[in-house]
This record gives sequence, C-alpha cells and structure tokens, in this order.
Amino acid sequence: MSNPVFSREYLQRTSFIELSARDRAKCLFDSGTERELAGPFDRIESPWLAIQGVTPQADDGCVVMRGKIGGRQAVVIAFAGPFQGGGIGEVSGAKLTAALDLACIDNERGINTSAVLLLETGGVRLQEANLGLAAVAEIISSIIALRRYAPVISVTAGPVGCFGGMSLAAGVSSYVVLTREARLGLNGPEVIEEESGVEEFDASDRSLIWAIVGGEQRYHQGLADALVDDDAEKIAKTVRDFVAKGIPTVHRSELVDLYRSRIAALDTARQLNPQELHSWVNEKEEKEL
Amino acid sequence: MSDFSGTRGRLWFKALTGQGASMPGDPHSVLTADALIGNEQARFLCVVPDPDGRFPCARRGEVGLEEAYTLAVRVREVIDTDTSGKKRPIIAIVDVKSQAYGRREETAGIHLAGAAAADAYATARFAGYPVIALIVGHAISGGFLTHGYQANRLLALDDDGVLIHAMHKEAAARITRRTVAELEKLAETVTPLSYNARDYAKLGLLYKLLHVSNPANPTDGDVSLVRDAVVAAIQDARSGSRDLNNRIESEAAHTARKASRLVHARLEEQWNQ
Repeated sequence: MSNPVFSREYLQRTSFIELSARDRAKCLFDSGTERELAGPFDRIESPWLAIQGVTPQADDGCVVMRGKIGGRQAVVIAFAGPFQGGGIGEVSGAKLTAALDLACIDNERGINTSAVLLLETGGVRLQEANLGLAAVAEIISSIIALRRYAPVISVTAGPVGCFGGMSLAAGVSSYVVLTREARLGLNGPEVIEEESGVEEFDASDRSLIWAIVGGEQRYHQGLADALVDDDAEKIAKTVRDFVAKGIPTVHRSELVDLYRSRIAALDTARQLNPQELHSWVNEKEEKEL
Repeated sequence: MSDFSGTRGRLWFKALTGQGASMPGDPHSVLTADALIGNEQARFLCVVPDPDGRFPCARRGEVGLEEAYTLAVRVREVIDTDTSGKKRPIIAIVDVKSQAYGRREETAGIHLAGAAAADAYATARFAGYPVIALIVGHAISGGFLTHGYQANRLLALDDDGVLIHAMHKEAAARITRRTVAELEKLAETVTPLSYNARDYAKLGLLYKLLHVSNPANPTDGDVSLVRDAVVAAIQDARSGSRDLNNRIESEAAHTARKASRLVHARLEEQWNQ
C-alpha cells in the first residue's frame, strides 16, 4: 500500500470502491452496450422490510445489467453494500438467480454469455432470514449450472467484503477477483468473537482481520485468482481478461482431494499463521501439472 | 442454539441405514453408509458432533473444514463410481448446529470448504443423481447450505425440535436489534423469520412435511413412514427437472414467494428486449 499512495497513477485513478453499485456495474461494459434489467423504475421492492419498520429500496440493493464485455455477451449483477449491508433478501437474491438462469439458457442456445458478480455483501439479510438463505442456495446452484458453459467471475472490492453464505457463492465461481481493501470469509470477525469468544478472534484487531480474510492474503494463499488495485479501469480490464479466457479446466471448489489433504496436514493444536498457507499456491501449481 | 442436542442425526441415520460409522480415514463427525432404501442402494450422509475432533470450534455438530471436505469427497465418490446404470440416490440427513465459527476455519478458507460440499451435491443433482435432504433436527445457516440445501427435494419432520433458519435465535435477535421474545413474536406474522418447520413449509421450499409420532426416538412406524416418503421423493426427483425451480414453482411459493416469481418473470421479459 505504501508505494502507490503517492503516485500520480493512484491519485488520478477512479476508485471502484467509491462508485455506486450501478456505476460499478456500468464501468465493466464496452461503452454504451449496457442496459439495466428490473431496475428501480420497475419498483420490485422487498415485501418483508416495511412490515418490520425498515425502508425498502426500489431496486432492493441489487443492479442487473446486460451488455458486452470485450465484445462478448455478459450480465453483471452488483450488490449495494450501503443498503442493508448488501444483504441478500428475497428480491435481490431472485434477481441474481434469474439473471444467472437466463444467461444459462442463452448459453444452451449457443449464445455464449458470462456473468460477473460484484459481491459487497454480509450474506443473508436477517430480516428475510429463511427466504434469504433459500435464495443463497439457489444462487449457488445457478452459478454451478452456468459455469459449465461460461465463466462466472466474482469481484469483491471492499469495504463491506463478501461474507456469510455469499462467500460460498464466491467459492464456486470460476474466478475470484479481490482488491487489498476486500475481505472474503464465511464468518465475520464479530460473529466469531460473539460465538467463540474474544480469545478465539478479537474483532477489534484490524490487522489480524486483514491478515486472515484480507484480499492480499486470500490471493497469496491461492483462494483468489487476481489481486487488483482499487482502480475501475484495472478491475474492468481484469474482468475482460477472465471473460475472454473462458471457463477454467477445473474449478477450485472441485479440487476436493487436494484441499482435504491440505486441511489434514494442518497443525490444529495452535492457531495457524496465515503466511504458512502461502505454500498452497505453489503446491497447487505442482499438483495441477 | 442452546437446546441443540446433536443426537437426532445419528439416531435417524442408524434407524434408516442400520449403520453408524464413518468411512475409514474420515473424521468421526461425518457418517457415511450405503444402504437399501425401497429396492435400491443409496448413499446416506450425516454430520454429527465429535467431542474429540481436531478442530476445537467444530466439535458440537457444526460443519467445519473436515466435515465439508469429507462430504464433498463422499458425494463425488458416488458420481465417480456410478458411471453406468442407475444413479444412486444421495440422502443427506440434516441435524447441523451451524457452520464452525473459528479462527482456524477462516484462516484455512472454510468458505471454500462449504463451497466444495455444496458444489458436490449440486453437481450430483445436475448429473441426475437424486439428492434428498431429510431435516430431522437443526438446519441452520452455513451448515445447511453446506449439507442438504442443494437437494432436489427437501423433507422435514413436523416437530418443535426441528429448527430451520439463517442464524440461531440469539444471534439473529442481536443483529436485528431485537430480543429473542420480540423475534419470536414477529415470526408469527413474518413467515421467513420463523424457525418452525410448519412455517417453513408455507414458503414452498419443502417437498413434504412428515408427521411422526416420536421424532427423538422413532418407532418402527415412524421409520417406515419416513422411508416411504424418501422413496417417493427419490422417484419425484428422478422424474422432475434437475435444477431447483420446483422451490419457486410449488403451490405455496405462488403465495409466499410472489416477489421472487415477479423478479423472474420481469427479468425474462426484459432479457431480450
């Protein structure tokens, strides 16, 4: 981080994190090819929030856009971290599932269509509890269906991160793109502290959090495919490259024997040093050859 | 959840398979058995507590790293071995406290472990293996996503000991800034907030709610009722589509998930405009 802070490039960049969900989605497309589907003027709001005294939003915090990325058909689904922590509700979850399913149908008809998920989400929106959890199960299923034909690319930039059930959605994606500001994990630090005690995880220790779930660590331990600066142009280029690359030979979540053996090799008598897991990257390359 | 006993999974696993062990080399927290259901062999899987487990935060019936990767391995084994002929049903018996909440787990990427297990179940389903989840106890959060929620058909016992939710009560109340009593009160009118299997059935996600006389200590009649329901679910899964659309097309979903259905319809309408 210390280097780029003072560089001209850094100062002149457009921060991806600071863009709204709509603008984040938009900046990934070939200019002028994108259009929003089921947008705010369709006014499909969550039916569960108002009855609990929570103000709903006309797009339920989820933006779906179709268009071309690097000349290829793609759909981008972006979550708005500021609305309910990017939490997955019935409507926002259905938007993602429906978009993935329609992309899947296009692929079955011979129209190659990729999906890009901009995941800034704490997971299930607890005000919609069981319908949020059900939506996440359906999202995971639809990603797995689509990635047989075209890549599904997850991008998390920060600062909400990608947590809860949606971290599993990132886990089944073809490619995971993170920034240094991003975090990716199943349980947020506060939840772990609450459930297992402060000696297990001190949620106020920010350097500990980033050392474990931060984008840089996830990349260096081989759980992300790209680590990119918080720069809209660079992120767009990375996404374009993965769209062009197509589906990987094997998806990370299919490497069950490899990861199971890695877990078996861990010394669980103590807490793990995140850096010792950097060896996973080299191992992976060796075993895949 | 304070009242999680973690005994029901093992109990029903034994009742349905006559077995109760882990495969060689597997952690003792994952039970795997191949046993008859109806007139065919099926693979049964269950996550149970193991007080001596290697990971301190995954000893009380949580789905942790070892549990998730073991499930993934045992499900993929079915896909890899049944390459010709009839595809073996996979039955997930669900009584999971939650996912494991630990630092070791996050450090080693438990999100990928959960993804790997969900992936294996979904891959089996898409490949034509009937995947059935039988909820006999708790089905909470990431534990349920990892073990059971990718099934073609979901079955649950109609019983107060069955709890289905995105998070256990104390934490859900805390995060939504309510007391547990307030949450319970609200759940009476806001169906998706309820933990109860009967309310869950109203959401349209469930294939069938099963009424047994003694869920915590099943009689022979209970076991045969559940067995018949599982056989029917397998048949239904074989004749239905391999995606999860049945959960949104069910009769109850027409009411409870109206908004989901509207989203799907609207997106389909606008997709090619």
